[in-house]
Amino acid sequence: MSITSTLESIGEYALLLRRVLMPPDRAREFAKEFSKEIYKLGVNSIWIVTIISLFIGAVIVMQIAYNINSPLLPRSTVGSVSREIIILEFSSTVICLILAGKVGSNIASEIGTMRITQQIDALDIMGVNSANFLILPKVVAFVLFMPVLVIFSTFMGLYGGYVLCAITGNPSTDTYVYGIQFFFRESLVWYSLIKSMLFGFIISSVAAYYGYNAQGGALDVGKASTDSVVANSILILMTDLAFTQLMMG
Amino acid sequence: MIEVQNLIKEFEGRVVLNNISTKFKEGAVNMIIGKSGSGKSVFLKCLVGLLRPEGGKILYDGKDFLKMKHKEAKRLHRNMGMLFQNAALFDSKTVLENVMFPLDMFSRKNYRERKKRAEFCLERVDLLDAANLYPSEISGGMMKRAAIARAIALNPKYLFCDEPNSGLDPKTSQLIDELIQGITKDLEITTIVVSHDMNSVMNIGDHIIFINEGVKEWEGTKNHIMDSDNKELNEFVFASDLFKKIKEVEETGPETRHPEA
Ligand SMILES: Nc1ncnc2c1ncn2[C@@H]1O[C@H](COP(=O)(O)OP(=O)(O)OP(=O)(O)O)[C@@H](O)[C@H]1O
Ligand SMILES: [Mg+2]
Repeated sequence: MSITSTLESIGEYALLLRRVLMPPDRAREFAKEFSKEIYKLGVNSIWIVTIISLFIGAVIVMQIAYNINSPLLPRSTVGSVSREIIILEFSSTVICLILAGKVGSNIASEIGTMRITQQIDALDIMGVNSANFLILPKVVAFVLFMPVLVIFSTFMGLYGGYVLCAITGNPSTDTYVYGIQFFFRESLVWYSLIKSMLFGFIISSVAAYYGYNAQGGALDVGKASTDSVVANSILILMTDLAFTQLMMG
Repeated sequence: MIEVQNLIKEFEGRVVLNNISTKFKEGAVNMIIGKSGSGKSVFLKCLVGLLRPEGGKILYDGKDFLKMKHKEAKRLHRNMGMLFQNAALFDSKTVLENVMFPLDMFSRKNYRERKKRAEFCLERVDLLDAANLYPSEISGGMMKRAAIARAIALNPKYLFCDEPNSGLDPKTSQLIDELIQGITKDLEITTIVVSHDMNSVMNIGDHIIFINEGVKEWEGTKNHIMDSDNKELNEFVFASDLFKKIKEVEETGPETRHPEA
C-alpha cells in the first residue's frame, strides 16, 4: 500500500466518521437498531469470549505455575501474575483481536452487501443519512457492550485458572485465590475497560468504513471483510503499544 | 418540474454524459432509452443525486439541485421515490416493514396510521398477501412491486425507475409497466423510467428521450418514434424484428403482405 493511498483512506475514514457521529434522524428508529445491534454484536459474542477465556486462562496459569518455580517467591505469585496478564492484556487486547475477526467481519460484510445491492443508495435517495443510520447504532452498541465482554472474559479467564488449580493442585485453589486478591489495584480494571472501549470503537468504525466503501460484487464484499480484519488487527496492536506506553510510561 | 441543462458527467476523464439538456413532462411517464452502456443509469443517478455531475444544472421547480443547501436537498429527497434495477429492498426487513420504513423515518403519524398507509400502498401493488414475508422469500416481480410500494409510501412528486422490467417475463413486465403508468396518473407524479425495452416504450412512454453514447440524439413522443429519420434511433428501434415488421406493415399496408387473404 502506497503512502498516498493510505493517507487517502485516512481522509475518507475521517469524512465518514463526520457523517456517522451526528444525532440520529429519528431517535425511535435509532433505539430499534441499537437494541438489535446489542444483541447481534454483543450478546452473540459472549459464547466465544467464554470459551476462549476459560481455556486461555487455564493455559496462562499452567504456564506461569510451571515457570515461576523459585523458593524465593510465594506460590500465590502465580495467581497475582495471572491476574495482571488476564486483566491488562488478555481480556482487553487479545479478546479484541478475536472480536475484530468475528464482529468486524460481520459489520463489514453486512454493510458491504447493502452497498453493492444498492440498499445504501435507496437510503440516500429517501433522504436518510445512510452512514449515520447504519453505522452509529453499531458503533455505540459495540462500544457500550465492550466492558461487559471484558469483565466477563476476565472472570472466565480467572475461573479457567481456578479449575486448572483444582485439577492439578499446583498451586492449590486457596493459594491461587489468595494470589488473585493480593495487592489488587482497581485502577488496572479501569485501564483495561477504557482500552477495550477504544478498541471497540476502532473495530466497529473501521469495519464499517470497509463495508461502506465496498464496490463491485459479492467477491468484493468478501475482500472488504478480510481487509477490515487485517487493518483492525494491525490498528489494535499499534494502539495497544501506544496506549500502554502512555499509561505506564 | 425537472429540467436539465448542459449536463456533463465524466469518470476519470472519460466523458459519459455529454452536454445533455432536456425538460421532463410533468405528470407523465418520461422514458430514457438507449443502448447498453450509453449512460442511461448514470443520467438517472445524476438526477437523484447519487452521482455528482462535473457540469450543468439540474433544476427542480426552477431550483438548482446541485447548488442546494443540505437541508433543502434533504427535503427534495423526501419527494423522490426510486425503483432500482434489483429492487434494493432491505433484506433484514419484511415487505411490510420495508414499505413502512420511509414512513417510520419521516412521517409524524402514529404507528397505526403508518401501518395503514403502508398496507394501502401494498394493496395498490396487489401485494398485501406477502406483507409478512422477507425479500428473499418472494419472486423478482414481487420484489419490484414491493419496491414500488416503498417508493410511493411518502406520496412523492417524482418517481425514478431504472429498468423496471429487466429480468421479468413479458406478462409480468407488462404488469409492472401498467402499474407505473397507473400510479403516475393516479398520484399525478412525474415519472422517469430508464429502459431498453421497446415494448414498454410503446406501451407507457408519454415522452421519450433517446441517448446514444452520452449524447441526447432524439426527443419526442411515441407517435413520432417510428418515423424519425435519426439513424441511431432507427438502428435502436428496429433492432427488434417485431418493430421492423410493424414498420413494414405500416408502410406498405397489411393487404400487400397477405395477398392470399
Ligand atoms: N462508477 C463508475 N465509474 C466509472 N465508470 C462508470 C461508472 N458507472 C458507469 N460507468 C461507465 O459509464 C458508462 C455508462 O454506464 P451506464 O450504467 O449509464 O449504462 P446504461 O446505459 O445504464 O447501460 P445498461 O442498459 O446496460 O444498464 C459505461 O461505459 C460505464 O462503464
Ligand atoms: Mg443501466
